[in-house]
Amino acid sequence: MPTVMELYQLLPKTNCKKCGESTCMAFAVELLSRKKKIQDCTPILEDKFKNQREKLESLLLPSEGAGETGMIVHTELCTGCGNCVVACPVDVANDPGGAAIGCAPTNDKVIFKVVDGKVIASNIRECRRFGKNRVLCYACIDPCPTGAIEFV
Amino acid sequence: MVTCTGCALLCDDIEVIVEAGRIKETKNTCLRGAGRIKGCVNRLVPSIGEQRVDVGNCIEKAAEILKNAESPMLFGFDNSTSGAQVKAVQLANKLDAIIDDTSSFCQGIMVEKVLRQEFRTCSLDDIRNKADVIIYWGSDAQDSQPRHLSRFSYFPRGEERQRGYEEDRTAIAIDVRESNTAKICKGHFYRIPLKGDRRFILALMDALSGRVPKFDGYDVQKILELSGILKKAKFGAIFAGIGLTYSIKDDAGILADLGRMLPNFHIMPMIGHYNMRGFNENLFRETGFVNSVKFGSEPVHDNRYSIAETLREKSIDVLLVAGSDPLLSLPRSIAKSLAGMQVVCIDPCVTLTSKISAVNIPAAVSGVECGGTAVRMDGKKVELSACVESGFLGDEEILGRIMEAV
Repeated sequence: MPTVMELYQLLPKTNCKKCGESTCMAFAVELLSRKKKIQDCTPILEDKFKNQREKLESLLLPSEGAGETGMIVHTELCTGCGNCVVACPVDVANDPGGAAIGCAPTNDKVIFKVVDGKVIASNIRECRRFGKNRVLCYACIDPCPTGAIEFV
Repeated sequence: MVTCTGCALLCDDIEVIVEAGRIKETKNTCLRGAGRIKGCVNRLVPSIGEQRVDVGNCIEKAAEILKNAESPMLFGFDNSTSGAQVKAVQLANKLDAIIDDTSSFCQGIMVEKVLRQEFRTCSLDDIRNKADVIIYWGSDAQDSQPRHLSRFSYFPRGEERQRGYEEDRTAIAIDVRESNTAKICKGHFYRIPLKGDRRFILALMDALSGRVPKFDGYDVQKILELSGILKKAKFGAIFAGIGLTYSIKDDAGILADLGRMLPNFHIMPMIGHYNMRGFNENLFRETGFVNSVKFGSEPVHDNRYSIAETLREKSIDVLLVAGSDPLLSLPRSIAKSLAGMQVVCIDPCVTLTSKISAVNIPAAVSGVECGGTAVRMDGKKVELSACVESGFLGDEEILGRIMEAV
């Protein structure tokens, strides 16, 4: 994933405030956290910034499929082992008789499910990375040896 | 609920959605299991030579070939139900044939030690409920038995391990490369040199008995640290993978010696094919040996009756293969002998072996299109049920009909 500075370098850097942010740096931060879109910066849509806009779009492309918490499941890397299903603390709390003890989930409150050998994330609002009291949880990333789960 | 026959874990919590006689979706299976349950693209067609014929004719022809053979051999059955394996052993007995399965170049040595009670072993459920130290030795379970870590060993909460992997369990990987399993074990990965397993066991035994371990080019401190973890374990498991088995196959007893020094540890061979242990148990019950047996006045076990040796020495003239693909899995120098003999292939799918077979008999996919029983890698008997009606005969029925016709 790109850094804030990388994004900032590609912006017009005029601090015109047309996007509603006070500086281009602040806009870059919002862009990275997917709260703003490139189109919110009207000057960059001009032809003279065409190259910079294309670079920005390619940098932000990997995060396009991200959910509300920034989670991306790379299905091409997933082997369906279910480590994330069992390791996720939300799944353990919501399904103590199923996912927590290594078995198939027994209800729909879990975040991770495996369908056709690939993991699918749902109930994303239950994720510990979501909401006001969010924490930087790594419980699903660490047990995945193929790197199929990523947060952007 | 369906039991997955993708590997020897035999996961029994699988849900399938069937639409128009085909499986549309599988839930809770790993990628390997999903592939097995959803079936193959190229189904085998009943044929004699290049000619497509009726299954009944194929069975008659197969029986005729076997009856006229001077030295027939039956091979495979690790992807067949226990019922089919029993029939295969009876057929081999009736024909005075050689019978073998993939365990002769896989985990046969280890399974034999388990069946002869030379290893202390336990069930996978015990490991889930009690194990605090888990060792994957020469095994990449994460890729070979993908749900092993999540379902039984490292990640789940057990009755006596409520804090699961976060606090209650330690996973250790001993391997020659950083496999996907080793990546999960992180701080407890011990990389050893190729064929270095025996020396590592000896060094570990030294450390366990209080001596300074000797292992050229290896950090002694790491071995002492490992022995410290093992000594403190309350319930440990060593999962012996094919890497370890190949490395110590001439002196497999050394693992039993290590086991004796670790009274809280249990040894379990990591088996790939879903019913390999079932074959080993069925043949062991009948003959006292797990593989490579020649029937005659009395069953004889010898390494020269293994598939690799019979093909190398060209000592057979007919080979019946069920649920296996020797042309794919054996080295070319050995597998080329298949060209000089008549092969009868029983399989659900087109395989490399089926392409050179004199007779092809399509079979139902066990656990999906036909039921039966199978033996999990820890020895637990598991019921398989059919979830799709395909019209194909199961291995058990095919072998039964061949036996009647012989």
